[in-house]
Amino acid sequence: MDYSWNFDIISRSWDLLLLGLANSVYLTAASFVLGLPLGLALALARLSRRKALSGLAGWYVDFFRATPSLVQLYWFYFALPQILNVQIEPGTAALLTLTLLSSAFVAEIFRGGIASLDKGQWDGARAIGMSYAQAMRRVILPQAIKRMIPIFLERAIELFKTSTIASVISFPELLFAAQDLAARSYRSLEVYSVVALIFMVTLISLSQITRRLELRLARSGETTTS
Amino acid sequence: MQYALQLAGVLAIGALETVKIAVMALAISLPVGLIVGAGRYSRTRYFRWPAAAFVETFRNIPVLVSIMWFFFAFPMLVPFEISAYAAAVLALSLNTSAFFAEIFRAGIQSISPGQWDGARALGMSYRDQMRRIILPQAIRRMVPAFTNRWIELCKLTALASTISYQELMYTTKMIANAYYNPVEMYSVCGLIYLAIIYPMVRATYRLERRAAKETA
Amino acid sequence: MPEAIRAEKLFKSFGDQQVLAGIDLSVEVGETVVVLGASGSGKSTLLRCMNFLELPTGGRIYLHGNLVGTPLGNQADAKMKYAEPNLQRVRAKVGMVFQHFNLFPHMSVLHNIMEGQVTVLRRSRAQAESRARELLAKVGLADKADSYPANLSGGQQQRTAIARALAMDPEVMLFDEVTSALDPELVGEVLRVMRALREEGMTMIIVTHELGFAYHAADRIVFMDAGRVYEEGHPHDILIAPKRERTRQFLEGHNQFRLPEAGPLVASEQT
Repeated sequence: MDYSWNFDIISRSWDLLLLGLANSVYLTAASFVLGLPLGLALALARLSRRKALSGLAGWYVDFFRATPSLVQLYWFYFALPQILNVQIEPGTAALLTLTLLSSAFVAEIFRGGIASLDKGQWDGARAIGMSYAQAMRRVILPQAIKRMIPIFLERAIELFKTSTIASVISFPELLFAAQDLAARSYRSLEVYSVVALIFMVTLISLSQITRRLELRLARSGETTTS
Repeated sequence: MQYALQLAGVLAIGALETVKIAVMALAISLPVGLIVGAGRYSRTRYFRWPAAAFVETFRNIPVLVSIMWFFFAFPMLVPFEISAYAAAVLALSLNTSAFFAEIFRAGIQSISPGQWDGARALGMSYRDQMRRIILPQAIRRMVPAFTNRWIELCKLTALASTISYQELMYTTKMIANAYYNPVEMYSVCGLIYLAIIYPMVRATYRLERRAAKETA
Repeated sequence: MPEAIRAEKLFKSFGDQQVLAGIDLSVEVGETVVVLGASGSGKSTLLRCMNFLELPTGGRIYLHGNLVGTPLGNQADAKMKYAEPNLQRVRAKVGMVFQHFNLFPHMSVLHNIMEGQVTVLRRSRAQAESRARELLAKVGLADKADSYPANLSGGQQQRTAIARALAMDPEVMLFDEVTSALDPELVGEVLRVMRALREEGMTMIIVTHELGFAYHAADRIVFMDAGRVYEEGHPHDILIAPKRERTRQFLEGHNQFRLPEAGPLVASEQT
């Protein structure tokens, strides 16, 4: 089929797309950062010897593994406001959904990283008289976190992709900007292609950074758990 | 009561459509993923490069963007209609294939060099080493990663609702809008997904534990 | 005795690191040669080059007097070209046993030993099975045919690996530190099997740190240093009265602690 490409709309609306990208980055970064302490708390709960606590944390993680993020988002945007009888902005609902989602995945990474450490490290710390908390804080976590950094970044990349769902509740991230532009210009091919490209370039660059970091950590004598 | 039954029927139809998309995408992704994964392992760059490009492209474009592209943009390039179903299955399959290809490659790489040595020392050809020694072990190790991706795929099917394909998510949204009962509808919807996917999550944990025991 | 296998001016480098620096080694049919040397001296690489798990970067290898590969030119030091199918035939004739066994974990002991016979030698399954059972009896594992490698002790796994290599009816056997990964009490059972092979006249090149075994089982000992043969000779001459400095240092390192009533070379496998 003969289609005459026309990128005018793109060149005229760069600012809108950039703003969208900035919003995507903000949403991803904010929910990831907020998810970190929450995830650590969940991981510690899961590793706890108290059955109820670790069971609850396990359920939390499994729930987010077993339901689509889109359902979670709709629930927080449409259902939660009714229950609480408050108004929830699209940005708040998206941030809430992605933060909780991220915390569930981060928890698994923390747990895996802590569990993957050689038992000898615990023995070594205890042998010089450290308490559980001291051993965790001074010996286990510093090593575990170094190993986990590349996996965290991988997870952040996944989160970035997932953040596109915020477009369905009209949060103005990059995909929403694209939909808006495409609808106004009737140039969906150009707009969606360019936006796909932007996502691709952004994410590939992030993966490259991750890979390089991984190599550097590997060289400094640290291996990554997978 | 009547109303609840009707509702259950509509949701069941939606859930069936969800399963249909997921299974269809899986059926496409398995062979495509294996071929692309093998391509990344090829010794000729004419297979290696396109395979790498395929993986990088479809792994790095968010599925929702890809769905939009296939539904709104792709039809302008081809002389036929693209249904919502086709766009969703295409986008999901390409994404899942790219991940499968990576799992496949990582699985082969995870086999210790000693296994290749053992097979080569017996005088086996590359083909026999791969077919008889490496693949049978690698595939066993890949199973948990494959099921994890399958779970991911099942969840991603909900994105088809954004182009009005009437699967479980879309059906839920329509009913919630029409009857203005979002709390009930989205909660029930979440529970249905949970009921379908949770057993698979548990099964994956079991598979992971078994795999960990085997490699230990 | 005719020559079984010979390495001539063999070189091997990994990147800019030279591991073999023009080594010459000739082994007669029925001879048992033990290769000693500090770690990093190139012993394992030598074995891996002799059956082409690694391609030598220079030099020649002859199997029964036949040059392996095709020289690219007429000079004596011309580069060699190796064709994979040709190398596969060589590997089938040169058996190798590894430090970490490298058994196929997804196959039973019996199938491990049948695998090469069926896929490479094209023997019928019945033929392959009867040969495998014969060899299992020989290495003392007749009752383990249906076990999987993971359920065997290290010593049993290594004996299985020896049987797997023997099943190819090799002309030469290479042993690459085959007891180094074993618990001390399991070393003897593997060495006994190797000793029996020697009595049958198998041609063997053995890289090991078991000096007692070397003393009693070797026809000749080759001491390697920096990718070359540093000193070689009869076991007694090398192990008891080494002539050169590095050899002496190596042996001292190995013999620092002895039981008061035992000499340094009283070996555990003598029983």
